[in-house]
Amino acid sequence: MLRQIEGSRAVADAVARCRPQVVAAYPISPQTHIVEGLSDLVRTGELAPCEYLMVESEFGALSACIGASAAGARTYTATASQGLLFMAEALPNASGLGLPIVMTVANRAIGAPINIWNDHSDAMSQRDSGWVQLFAESNQEAVDLHIQAYALAERLSLPVMVCMDGFVLTHAVEEIDVPEQEQVDAFLPPFVPRQVLDPSEPITIGAMVGPEAFTEVKYLAGLQQLRALDEIAVLSTEFERAVGRVSGGLVDRYRMEDADIAVVALGSVLGSVKDVVDVLRNEGVRIGVVGVKCFRPWPLDEVRQALAGTERIIVLNRAFSVGSGSILGQDIRLTVAGSGSTVYDVVAGLGGRPVTRASVRTLIDDVIADKVDPDELHFLDLNEQLVEHELQRQGTPADVSDRLLHNGSARLPANADFRATGWPQG
Amino acid sequence: MFNVRIHGRGGQGAVTSAEMLSVAAFDEGLHAQAFPSFGSERTGAPVVAFCRIDDEAIRAHDPITEPDAVIVQDPTLLHLVPVFAGISAGGYVLVNTSRPFEELMIHDLVDGLDPHRLVTVPATELSRTRLGRAMPNTALLGGFAALTGLVSLESVQRAIRQRFAGDVAEANAEIAASAYDHVREATGSHDHA
Repeated sequence: MLRQIEGSRAVADAVARCRPQVVAAYPISPQTHIVEGLSDLVRTGELAPCEYLMVESEFGALSACIGASAAGARTYTATASQGLLFMAEALPNASGLGLPIVMTVANRAIGAPINIWNDHSDAMSQRDSGWVQLFAESNQEAVDLHIQAYALAERLSLPVMVCMDGFVLTHAVEEIDVPEQEQVDAFLPPFVPRQVLDPSEPITIGAMVGPEAFTEVKYLAGLQQLRALDEIAVLSTEFERAVGRVSGGLVDRYRMEDADIAVVALGSVLGSVKDVVDVLRNEGVRIGVVGVKCFRPWPLDEVRQALAGTERIIVLNRAFSVGSGSILGQDIRLTVAGSGSTVYDVVAGLGGRPVTRASVRTLIDDVIADKVDPDELHFLDLNEQLVEHELQRQGTPADVSDRLLHNGSARLPANADFRATGWPQG
Repeated sequence: MFNVRIHGRGGQGAVTSAEMLSVAAFDEGLHAQAFPSFGSERTGAPVVAFCRIDDEAIRAHDPITEPDAVIVQDPTLLHLVPVFAGISAGGYVLVNTSRPFEELMIHDLVDGLDPHRLVTVPATELSRTRLGRAMPNTALLGGFAALTGLVSLESVQRAIRQRFAGDVAEANAEIAASAYDHVREATGSHDHA
């Protein structure tokens, strides 16, 4: 039933309808409303049988989930920002042990300086953890992805992160349909674990593997994660049949037919980008949007196909790899290498700075007018005066700061040789 | 697309107000999106909440910078926060105060706006009298319904009853109705919506 509710509330209801048997979480903004909602549902008995574990930390939360999942329980947790980093030690254990845990990451910046607002730094920092990473464009998709995530996780015996933009989605009240219990039950069968820790029949999991086989174990883990690419496409179709709605998948193409220009992004910013693209299409610009829904494993073939034939590709990164450059942008550059497309790499919306439709429009206009250098990394809406003032205060030589700041946008090299451009040291 | 920006202070229910307005719009078959300004909210500090209303599905999630209506829950914010920033030429303004708009001495701030769309509501007074608490948000929603005609009083009251229970819900529904009548009288529209 379509209801006007908060994203977090809807996600809590959707997770509950997946019938998790163990929920272990530690509250952190902006994930809090989700786990509060679940704890209420467990307290009132609406979600039963389920044990809600009050843990002392995020490390404890994921460790409890690992134990519960290994013992054969469907498990759930949620976190954000430094909470995810506090789980970091245990994340590869969950994936290495093949435990189908589902976790919401309510995407939030990483400090210091402390910042509670949205960007993708947290999830991106764990992109090599072996977890599948799905990114929701809307609250409706966040709801649907959680249900698909359990099916995906359990079919492949892999943990899945469902990433949704903190505050922007988690705290927005919108019309959302949480599939009915019967629909979820029909789509998601009960969890049948591949391996179960059982005191009466003890086994060892995660035993030590030496140099003679570790490479092979990792090779196989890599193959297993890539299998998610096939499974996600299948699940999206099955979900559409069960619930009557297209949600998830690997890559979403919007108005990409005959497009010369593509904007690539992850998460909730896609809605604003689509609005801008509609306006530009009405003006006769051949532009479309490629929304990446599955970030890890990286859907190389699908992204390449989606971008085939484009002349210019604008990548909006909501994370910044300090000392290297963009993250999504580098994946895109590799994906389209040799195709002749020009990639414009843009860092936008860090630490909750809104990515407004006006700014996106200006960026696209600048790209079309050849005002943006594709060899350099751009920062959307950068306050150049502030940066310049700070560089001066630090005594950075003028020729260096001039190179960093020119032509109306502050730049870092997209291909990341900082020494060559004299990025100020210390 | 109709964009509403609500300015209040932490504890005055600005976020709840935006949420109830979105529920009222949804109830009328419209599409709506309510969201807070995501600050480090604390009691008494200036807060902002937003509500978009449209007859088409809403995809964008950026903040509202060009509101079609501004609701000011606390008149002390008028000179503290640029509450009217970006307001459209035909914009509506609703301020919580017992004084008439002309006495607010903010002519320079609302220069160029249609004076018939600038209205005050004694929301705190209505809330104190009926509820015994200064909780201006539901009165302002009733006033908003009367001023803009975008949602009906009945939808606002249904949203209030969905959010609150029992006597609190009924008291707030009555407060919204009083404010609705107040604004209709002030704007000279006596016909029933």
